[in-house]
Amino acid sequence: MAEAQYFTNEVTRRKYKTRQVLGQVFLYAFLTIFALFLVTPFIFMVVFSFMNPDSFYQFTTNAKFDSLRIFGDGKLLIGTKVGDNWSLQNFKEILVPTIEDSLGNVHSTSFFLYFFNTIIVAVSSTTVTVVTAVLAAFAFARLEFKGKDVLFALLLATMMIPGEMMVITNYQTTKELHWEFTFAALIFVHGVSVFYIYYLRQTFQQIPNELYLAAKVDGVGDIGYLFKVMIPIAMPTITTIIILSLMGAWNSYIWPSLVANGNWLQNGIWIPLTKIRLYGLEDIKNSFFANQPIKMFKNGYNMRLVSNGLMSIFGNAGDDVTVGKEAIKIAGSMVVTAPLFVFFLIFRKYIMKGLSRSGIKG
Amino acid sequence: MAELVKNSKGKEKEPVVYSEMGTAVLNEKHSTSRLISKRRHVSLPQWATAWIVLIPAMIFLVFFMFYPIINTFLMAFINNFSWRTGGSSFALGSFFTSIRDFGIDAYNRDGTLKAKETILSFGFDNFFKLFQGYPGQLFTSSIVNTFVLVIVEVPLTIIISLLLATFLHSIKALKGLFQTIFFLPYVTNAIALGMVFQMLFSTGQGGIINLVLKLVSFGNLGPINWLNHQHPTLAYNHWVAGIVIVVYSVWNGLAFKILVFMSGLATIDKQYSDAAKIDGASSFTIWRRITLPLLSPQILYITITSFIGAFKMYSGVMSVFSNYAPLGKNHFFGGNSEGTDWMPIVGWIYKAMDNQQFGGQGVAAAGSLVLLAIILVVTAIQGVVSKKRVHY
Repeated sequence: MAEAQYFTNEVTRRKYKTRQVLGQVFLYAFLTIFALFLVTPFIFMVVFSFMNPDSFYQFTTNAKFDSLRIFGDGKLLIGTKVGDNWSLQNFKEILVPTIEDSLGNVHSTSFFLYFFNTIIVAVSSTTVTVVTAVLAAFAFARLEFKGKDVLFALLLATMMIPGEMMVITNYQTTKELHWEFTFAALIFVHGVSVFYIYYLRQTFQQIPNELYLAAKVDGVGDIGYLFKVMIPIAMPTITTIIILSLMGAWNSYIWPSLVANGNWLQNGIWIPLTKIRLYGLEDIKNSFFANQPIKMFKNGYNMRLVSNGLMSIFGNAGDDVTVGKEAIKIAGSMVVTAPLFVFFLIFRKYIMKGLSRSGIKG
Repeated sequence: MAELVKNSKGKEKEPVVYSEMGTAVLNEKHSTSRLISKRRHVSLPQWATAWIVLIPAMIFLVFFMFYPIINTFLMAFINNFSWRTGGSSFALGSFFTSIRDFGIDAYNRDGTLKAKETILSFGFDNFFKLFQGYPGQLFTSSIVNTFVLVIVEVPLTIIISLLLATFLHSIKALKGLFQTIFFLPYVTNAIALGMVFQMLFSTGQGGIINLVLKLVSFGNLGPINWLNHQHPTLAYNHWVAGIVIVVYSVWNGLAFKILVFMSGLATIDKQYSDAAKIDGASSFTIWRRITLPLLSPQILYITITSFIGAFKMYSGVMSVFSNYAPLGKNHFFGGNSEGTDWMPIVGWIYKAMDNQQFGGQGVAAAGSLVLLAIILVVTAIQGVVSKKRVHY
């Protein structure tokens, strides 16, 4: 911004400069305040999850309200050895297989299992989403067929409809197909997203027609054109879809809380389209030859996703468990958020570019 | 090598010249000839390819999107809907089976009057149930709650994000850092961060907000009970809890809006503001008369999507109250042991879904239709209001 600015005398120039500097200071101050507002929960999450539970209690409890030295002993945080106030104890407690509440009940809380479930659901549902979106967007963008406009208008109309209207029926369908507590319910029901089809169709439409004609002269058919030309060109968009879909599966809560929220020792995992139900790990050999259901996991399979797991331990289901275990709860939140955080730092440009493009078309 | 090809009857067919590669070459005698290659391309007509390619997407869409929409409309208008009546595989099928088993009229096969629940009739019964009795009170209060939260949160978030995007657009240093920080809440888990917010606003361990309040007021302002309805000494206040919900929703919502506004600002041509500056306009005037109108498509998009998303709020409200729910309570929204203080419309719908006391799924479907109507009306109002103000 190399503009030459001319002033009549020194006084006006100085006034202008001060006003400019003040303006910049105000901008930065405003931005910094809100940046702090946005970043503070993360800071506390990270800091508290690494603290010893006892130090955490001392540091944050109201008992220290009496004196102005609100953070108690300043020495509490600064200048202490690692073992004193900081430890990985919270993470150990959140990741071990069980947690015991004050009544002596043992809850199965293995976060590793929740991670495993969520990763399976995320990868599978992303595959389904991407495959259907690419094929459907190709059909709407490149191929001509009867009823194309009508069908597309119908799809656009359903984008406006809130998902809550479909939940009730999907819940009934899931129950009728005996898909409760299965992976199928989590993967297939929200497998297709009309938004991605619309978004990808936009990208496909921007591929110039000359490429299609050139490919046709070379003898490449429609499907070949899709795989050889369109997908490589639209790869950034497809990457954005993959990333957003993975993130959505990781953060999903409502639908899993309705259909796959707990221990299905009774029902077993049903492998779709077969008669096999997997329960817990027992005697596979006997089961196999005796035609019994094959049991794979010792304590039954705790079918929960990551958010639901967090809620079940520290939310409503575990009232006694949560008292005195705030630090562990924060460690749980941290463990759930951290993978996505790392994911975001790596793929930041893709995510932001893809999302911003969806807004420009308005 | 030209050779005369004879067909089976011995008549001469058109001569075809084969080159070395096995592909045919144009024959001079005829103006056109069919190119025959060694591999036959069997290609489907385009519409067949289209339908085959669409099959995967359509299966999912039909079963899990089109059919549910139709079914919700049907469920809401069938009196005394119970999807177990008839008992066949899909809900739609179940009341067709009930027609087959019970018939449409009011009499059983043996002439006796049917029990009221099994008569198939269409009507607004579910909608009446929506407003009667205790579930009805809850539904009206949930509508009020949702409206209050939406009206406070959405304009606040849009204004703040517009300001932040504008400021971010006009600074040079540290731009990337600020952008990353502002986008952080988008990638995080709503439940996990709701729990962190709950901890920050609690009166017990981890209540940093109360600590800071104490510090800032030199010990005068006591700890405030933000969310706990079972606190031994301080009372629970409906509006104070509302503040926490709004703060969390604003925190969550800033990220996406800032991103869209920034991308919109980046497309605005600099020459307009330069021309205005030459004419002596102040920055504020430039912002008001040039930037905002040019940004109006993005503002409209954000406004519409924010309102629609805000009416559907559920996990934000629930995760903030999550610690105070008694054992086993599934949809808990604070305030009392039933958890109904800040229940949003969607929360009511989920609560009504499996709960026969609330009327079951017919009433839940009616509730979701009411939600759809609210969203459509609000969107239509916005569309009308924005006709004159949006410049493309």
